[in-house]
Amino acid sequence: MPPIIKTQQVNKYYNRHRADEVRALADVSLTISQGEALALNGASGSGKTTLLSLIGGMARPTSGTVSILDKEVSRLPERFLADIRRQTFGFIFQQLNLIRDISVLENIQLPLYPSAIPIAEMNRRAEEILTRLDISTKARLKVSALSGGEQQRVAIARALINRPQIIIADEPTAHLDSSLAGELLEILSELNREGKTVVLATHDPFVSSHRLIDRIVRMRDGRIIGGATG
Amino acid sequence: MTRLLKILEYSLCSLARRKFKNFSIIIIYSFTIAALASILLLTHSLKEIAINVLVDGPDIVVQRLAGGRHDPIPVHYAQDIAKLPGVGRVNPRLWGYYYDSLYQTNYTILAVHQDLPSLEMVEGRMVAANGECTVGQGVAKAQNAEIGDELLLINSTGVGYSCEINGMFKARSNLWTNDLILFTEKDLQGFFAMPAGLATDITVEVFNPREIPLVAEKIKRLFPDTRPVTINEILHTYESVFNWRSGMMLTIFASSLIAFSILAWDKATGISGEEKREIGILKAIGWDTSDILTLKLSEGSVISITSFLLGISVAYIHVFLLGAPLLVPVLKGWSVLFPPLQLAPYIDMYQIFALAFLTIVPYMASTVLPAWKSAITDPESIMRGW
Repeated sequence: MPPIIKTQQVNKYYNRHRADEVRALADVSLTISQGEALALNGASGSGKTTLLSLIGGMARPTSGTVSILDKEVSRLPERFLADIRRQTFGFIFQQLNLIRDISVLENIQLPLYPSAIPIAEMNRRAEEILTRLDISTKARLKVSALSGGEQQRVAIARALINRPQIIIADEPTAHLDSSLAGELLEILSELNREGKTVVLATHDPFVSSHRLIDRIVRMRDGRIIGGATG
Repeated sequence: MTRLLKILEYSLCSLARRKFKNFSIIIIYSFTIAALASILLLTHSLKEIAINVLVDGPDIVVQRLAGGRHDPIPVHYAQDIAKLPGVGRVNPRLWGYYYDSLYQTNYTILAVHQDLPSLEMVEGRMVAANGECTVGQGVAKAQNAEIGDELLLINSTGVGYSCEINGMFKARSNLWTNDLILFTEKDLQGFFAMPAGLATDITVEVFNPREIPLVAEKIKRLFPDTRPVTINEILHTYESVFNWRSGMMLTIFASSLIAFSILAWDKATGISGEEKREIGILKAIGWDTSDILTLKLSEGSVISITSFLLGISVAYIHVFLLGAPLLVPVLKGWSVLFPPLQLAPYIDMYQIFALAFLTIVPYMASTVLPAWKSAITDPESIMRGW
């Protein structure tokens, strides 16, 4: 399969040139193929989340390049990065990051508000995803009224509304019990089978050993120590 | 366009979510606008009413001074003034003030010629004979009298006096006629016990308005014991008095404007953790900085424009429908304090736009700037739950 994400000699520093300077990533080169399901594995502080942020266009590398679909994105202006985040990626965050006092439907549609997609199409897409994730009866409820598992589904629905090619998930099972974690991984497996690329960061052995995962990339102290090539 | 409309829709939804906070801001904001606008509307209306009446008034009023104080002027001065070149009609006036202790109101009593034609601003007819009078609306209200009723007063010798009301001034001339009572000359001389051959002042009409100062100078030279007051001086005095009063009130209310600014700034700079988090989420899922700014700008616009319109409406009701009960004691002239005055709704759009500019723009800036500061940070922070 052709590469969809490519990082070359990526370095990321925080608090650069200050006493508390941190080198979060060190010469990271990684290629991810289209349709692949890849797990970034490593202990806390190993650089998994930083790498996901760079891949997802949420931060820029201090040096090196990040390419998405053969386009170098690490030097693009903020406006274009926002477009790439909205059109190419679906994000599932560790903390879910839902807006608690708006409805499930509004949360799911949030990525589409700044797009040219008409409201009728937004509603059609939301209905389709809500049905697929079996939460259509909760559409008008506020997120704060949902259970943890239902909130997790809303977060997945929000990640899918823009029909992304790549799904990025950071520690997606960190706050879930094993049953909900299994359910989430099954949904991700189904999406992966439909051709979506899945990149997730985890230190949960249950996730790493799931049949969803095609490849495990191991990280330590900001470096890739195994699995860089597929 | 669809994009903008959807962001606007989301901003309305956002405002509704924080309804208690936004409602309290709207209340404080509206109060500030209402206070400032009330002062501006009231002073402008008073000035306009005064100017509208004065432009039809005499070009020069000649008073006699004795020991630096206003003193009755001999009527024969009028004949000599009338002979000056460029001078038209010259009219000695008889008038005085009367305090009605029963109703605790001040009246101005003015004598008119019995043959004076009826005026458009008078309902009924003008004074035509001794024993009759024409009154302002405030006098009629204070006395609870209508056309055809008897007006009861006490004259300068302490004896009761009554006359029949046969005419009443209409509301649009209230600033000048509200406390006015018109008598015949003979009735007024009798009421104030004034000797014949004297007038309170003399009004002078000048054919060419540009010659008014020159004619005033000539009168002063002709009669050094007089003070000719031109229409421009009267207009200038009115303007200064109302400007001074409104300036004083605006200074007092400036403190409320400052308090409001502090609140707005505090609200804006103290953007809550929840709002920061929301901005981070929106950025992380693909909102651009300009989308966030559009969102915050529309939220600020809804609050500031709603508050402004509400404040202006409250001010309009306060000043023109309720008669500005909170400002009247400071801003109106003493002679119209009693009886009450109904203001005509004159509005200076320049003042309204200036008020809009001075309140909406700072509020919008204090709303958008901190949101912009939050929006330009990398969305990575939300990824990490910072």
